[in-house]
Amino acid sequence: MVEKQFKVTAETGIHARPATLLVQAASKFNSDVHLEYKEKKVNLKSIMGVMSLGVGQGAEIKISAEGSDEKDALNTLEETLKREGLAE
Amino acid sequence: MSKLIGIAASSGIAIAKAYRLVEPDLTVEKKEIEDSAAEVLRFQDALNKAKAELEKIRDRAGKELGQDKAAIFEAHLLVLSDPELIAPIEDKVKTEKVNAEYALKETSDMFVSMFEQMDNEYMQERAADIRDVTKRVISHLLGVQIPNPSMVTEEVIVVAEDLTPSDTAQLNRTYVKGFTTDIGGRTSHSAIMARSMEIPAVVGTKAATSEISNGDLVIVDGLTGEVHINPSAELVEKYQKISSDFEAQKAEWAKLVNEPTVSADGHHVELAANIGTPKDLKGVKENGGEGIGLYRTEFLYMDRDQLPTEEEQFTAYKAILEGMEGKPVVVRTLDIGGDKELPYLNLPKEMNPFLGFRAIRLCLEEQDIFRTQLRALLRASIHGNLKIMFPMIATLVEFREAKAILEEEKQLLINEGIAVSKDIELGIMVEIPSTAVMAEQFAKEVDFFSIGTNDLIQYTMAADRMNERVSYLYQPYSPAILRLVKMVIEAAHKEGKWAGMCGEMAGDETAIPILLGLGLDEFSMSATSILKARSLIRHLNKAEMGQLAESVLSLSTTEEVIEAVNSAIKL
Repeated sequence: MVEKQFKVTAETGIHARPATLLVQAASKFNSDVHLEYKEKKVNLKSIMGVMSLGVGQGAEIKISAEGSDEKDALNTLEETLKREGLAE
Repeated sequence: MSKLIGIAASSGIAIAKAYRLVEPDLTVEKKEIEDSAAEVLRFQDALNKAKAELEKIRDRAGKELGQDKAAIFEAHLLVLSDPELIAPIEDKVKTEKVNAEYALKETSDMFVSMFEQMDNEYMQERAADIRDVTKRVISHLLGVQIPNPSMVTEEVIVVAEDLTPSDTAQLNRTYVKGFTTDIGGRTSHSAIMARSMEIPAVVGTKAATSEISNGDLVIVDGLTGEVHINPSAELVEKYQKISSDFEAQKAEWAKLVNEPTVSADGHHVELAANIGTPKDLKGVKENGGEGIGLYRTEFLYMDRDQLPTEEEQFTAYKAILEGMEGKPVVVRTLDIGGDKELPYLNLPKEMNPFLGFRAIRLCLEEQDIFRTQLRALLRASIHGNLKIMFPMIATLVEFREAKAILEEEKQLLINEGIAVSKDIELGIMVEIPSTAVMAEQFAKEVDFFSIGTNDLIQYTMAADRMNERVSYLYQPYSPAILRLVKMVIEAAHKEGKWAGMCGEMAGDETAIPILLGLGLDEFSMSATSILKARSLIRHLNKAEMGQLAESVLSLSTTEEVIEAVNSAIKL
């Protein structure tokens, strides 16, 4: 399993559009991908799971991936977060 | 004839027959099924049909409303692919041997109530999204059609409990003149969509679907939030008038966004905006501002516990200068004290703060604060058309001191090899009567004046503008004030300089004719007043207003001035 911590910088947090982009990116991989925030862990391929976390600006989040393409998955998600200016 | 009151969500007036967008019966019954594998396939088939429909709606919304509005349907599509939703439904069908409709309803209801219970308006509105998507799948499972407002072929007002995003995107703009709903608020999707489509809407009436029948004549008043059902002929006529006035005015003003501000006899003046932060630039552009006449830098210093750094200030100034793309930006240096306090400066309380240690007086004393701001401004100057003005100047000595500090900082920057614009105009606010009286001397040394009427009036009339009992003395049209304004404008012109005004008075419909007549060069006001002022000035003849101004200056009271302006403008 691989995992990485991020700090959310986007003013709106991870809502609507950012959530959509992350879920779309995660769904491309076979690995199980999870998003953890405030000790709650949700499936990052689930839009409702991600939105239910209510991740706001400044939040510390953890993304983990487990499976055959786990490294690719984590790299892609990191790239998405940074490219969209969502987190660092 | 009856009336409902709701929330005015999108402005304008719509009068048309009601089209009820009421759903077919989507009641779901629990049934036992034999072949669960076939039931799962039936579910997947309905899911795919719903997805195909949503993709069509998304593409249409993208074309008609823009990509950002279509994004919501991307999210809806993801809900239909959400493993946390789909897997439990399929499991339920297999293990409990129940029909797909029931399994879907049970599972989605769980998510809906989870979002509804969240203590956050945004999350609560997501519950509506999930309901919307689920209904579409259920309709396919039940084999019924969800009503489709895009099939409407006559002008209608859509009446619904709530308009879901997919409903709103399907509204055919040719025929749907407005809508009204039982629920929703100003931030619900329906309201946001209505505003971007510029369709009048009243939401949250609580009773629209129970009170309005198909074919009823309905008036949706998106200006006040009223909905009239089967109104009298008189009322319809009244609203036709309101509607045509509103549309005409909007169209008239909108045409002026990119037009210069020119009087009927061809005299050009500049209409600029007063702003507080870079975020205000959007409004300035939408309302056709020809520049920034007053950037109040105080906001950079307020609501925090320490002074803003040079870098923070530089970023804000650069953003504004670049945002205005070469149009003039008049930045007022720090004007703190009086009614604007900065707790972290620990300044002693004063008996008469408006007459006390404030603005330039403070800056000349606390030079570190002043120099930091000037450096940030000078560095930003190469990114646009910067003009700097000092507030609360009472004497020429103060101006010379402030100017000397600016020149020092400029030289220091140049020595450090940092680029500074060569054409920064340097002006002062005229808000103290002594400065207005001495305008001729000031005009030889400053590049421009900007008359700050709010303070000029309170100091001239000796009436504290925070004290309601003397508020009758706040008289912008007083001949005393007008004479001072005239002195300032004439002094500027005599030296080939320009004069502007950045108080409330500059956007005032009664003052504008006089100010135009007095030869004011720049009027700076809140952005939303600009188009109205432009429209007014285009109807005025400057030469005639010059005569009007000359005649009101010899009047005795404010009341006489107002009367003179009113009768002159009517003619």
